[in-house]
Amino acid sequence: MNRKLMVALGLAGVFALAVTGCASAAPKASGPVTITYSNFISNAGNEKNLDKIVAAFEKKNPNITVTVKTLPYDSYGTALQTDLAAGTPADVFDINGPSSYGPLQANGVLAELKAVPSAKYNKALLDSYATDGKQYALPTSFSDVVLYYNKDLFDKAGLKYPTSSWTWKDETAAAQKLTNKAAGVWGDHQPVTYNEYYKALVQNGASFLSKNGKKAAFNTPAGIEAAKWLVGKSGTTMPTVADGQGTADFDTNLFKAGKLAMLHTGIWVFGSFADTPANWDIAVEPGNTTTASAVFSNGIGVSATSKHPAEAQKWAEFMSSSDEEVSVRLDAGWELPTISDTAKLNSYLTKGKPANRQAVFDAAKKIAPAPSIGDNQSAMQDAITGELVEAQAGRESVEQALTNAEKKINTLLAG
Amino acid sequence: MSVSVAQTALLDKEPQFRHAIPTRDGRTARNRARYTFTVLAFLLPSAIPLLLFVLGPMVAAAWVSLHKWNLLAPMQWVGLGNYAKLLTDPITGDVFVHTIYYIAGYLPLVYFGGLALALALNTALKGRSILRGIYFLPVVTSWIVVALVWRWLLSPTSGIVNTVLAAVGIHGPGWWTDPHWAMPAIIVASSWKDLGFVMVILLAGLQAIPTELYDASKVDGAGWWRRLFSVTLPLLSPSTFFVIVISLINGFQVFDQVYAMTGGGPNGASEVVVQQIYDLTFRYGRAGEASALSWMLFAVVLAVTVIQVRGQRRWVTYG
Repeated sequence: MNRKLMVALGLAGVFALAVTGCASAAPKASGPVTITYSNFISNAGNEKNLDKIVAAFEKKNPNITVTVKTLPYDSYGTALQTDLAAGTPADVFDINGPSSYGPLQANGVLAELKAVPSAKYNKALLDSYATDGKQYALPTSFSDVVLYYNKDLFDKAGLKYPTSSWTWKDETAAAQKLTNKAAGVWGDHQPVTYNEYYKALVQNGASFLSKNGKKAAFNTPAGIEAAKWLVGKSGTTMPTVADGQGTADFDTNLFKAGKLAMLHTGIWVFGSFADTPANWDIAVEPGNTTTASAVFSNGIGVSATSKHPAEAQKWAEFMSSSDEEVSVRLDAGWELPTISDTAKLNSYLTKGKPANRQAVFDAAKKIAPAPSIGDNQSAMQDAITGELVEAQAGRESVEQALTNAEKKINTLLAG
Repeated sequence: MSVSVAQTALLDKEPQFRHAIPTRDGRTARNRARYTFTVLAFLLPSAIPLLLFVLGPMVAAAWVSLHKWNLLAPMQWVGLGNYAKLLTDPITGDVFVHTIYYIAGYLPLVYFGGLALALALNTALKGRSILRGIYFLPVVTSWIVVALVWRWLLSPTSGIVNTVLAAVGIHGPGWWTDPHWAMPAIIVASSWKDLGFVMVILLAGLQAIPTELYDASKVDGAGWWRRLFSVTLPLLSPSTFFVIVISLINGFQVFDQVYAMTGGGPNGASEVVVQQIYDLTFRYGRAGEASALSWMLFAVVLAVTVIQVRGQRRWVTYG
């Protein structure tokens, strides 16, 4: 009997341990508060800049400590989703743009932010993180995609530099003259992806989705022309997939090595180009029938389950609109602050390379709106990118690729 | 596959324990209960992790598979809707076909490769223990590292493989950038990595074959090939059976290398079942369908394994 009892008690003990091990400590009501902040925006180069902002915040708010967790961009979305599903999100977390904000808000994981000092923010950006007139997140930074060009290669070819009045035709003509395959020099580089394609559609007077958002609208003559614009660069003025095109950092490394004359990418690479010996500048991306640029913003939200919502919101506001944040960003060239006071941004224009920083603001004036469809967003993006790459590799015609993508995306939109 | 230490201990020691611990035919209910508790106590260290990390999630996945769930909003009951949706979705067929394609390429390569290595390293070769260690090294290396190295080796332009091929006048394929070559690239990398594992299992099997049998067959005039087919392979069949069962189960669950080498691409050409389960959950927010697909995979693996276990009588020779 004795032994049996002992075994039973032992069993009960093990299970009790297993169960209680999962319970968490109760929150403290008063005293110093620690909030957690999960982010990807500082990853790969801006960690120290984020530390500066955190230090400034903690100095102003001595009773709040911010614990920072930084994740790489690629795995951030998965980590956030897992944390939310498990009920363990950080108090404050980054949101990867309005297309990620939509599903998060719709699923009720974001706390409503009340009494936000909205006058401090750029209105269009602030509104992209609001739903039904209520603010659920704040924009921390924005960036856009511009045309980078290597002045030395243009000079050598005796060509005029790109301007904001360029069209696709001008770009193609210059790219062909600049390409010298024997010397390993390429004229142009633009990723063959969803992000470039929805923008190219707008630049050609077309759109990705129908007006009511219920159907794919790109399989039209204008849409085919836009796809051919992207796909047709491959192997003529741009390296092919087999050359390594499309792999991480391939394009920026080629540009840094002085082997690429024009490059379509975001202003987030300014920092890594700073010590490039090549003489380079930027221009607003050319369009075909109209100019339109892709603008990306990052947001910051407070978890609906945060135990310290007031302190969390205080940090979210500081991280998106405080003078300290703005000056750190401008000094570091770490994307652009989302404040409304453009006078404060003026210093950005003279912060060094590239000279034509005005193009960053000009590009943001005509935005190609990004389609947003909720839960199936990634599946939609994968579908169009996958088919475009098939066409790029010559395994499908552009027409066939768009027909396949249209079919896949309409299935997704039908639910 | 594993027989717990407690079970083997009891089986081995049963005669001595017969008095101390009453067996199933024990006389009283009290004794029976005591026996059960003793067995449970021995099983506990492996049963608890099994319960928490395998059976628990399996039951939870069965529950999730009956719901629509994007991981964020509350789950919605859909009954068998996810299974019905998967059965009518052409992608489900594609991912199973890709997985079977992988197994069909991988299994023969890894088995015959492992067998050749085991036979070679079972001889009195100089430095064979060092060679055994070298061949086993990839088995204990992280898949992420191996996948990155292979991505680099098979890089279409700058990779060593295509550079060597070019040197002998062959234009190498695009490997993981080409839908037709992505799966062969994964198969080659996987076989390379798992070769050592198969080698070790078969080597152990080879060493268990009594040398008298070889001596006797030599006396009877059997040559190398004759000895291979009439002595080695029949007596190696239990090890072969083990290797095939394990490799098939692992083959159906192939994921790490696909995720790290191609992510299922290009354009879904190497999308295998588990990669699809991952994508459905974490990229597309369709955890219910992903859980249903997990159970479908489980059913397939179970069926294949049951068939194998039933079929072993025909070809596996024990002792």
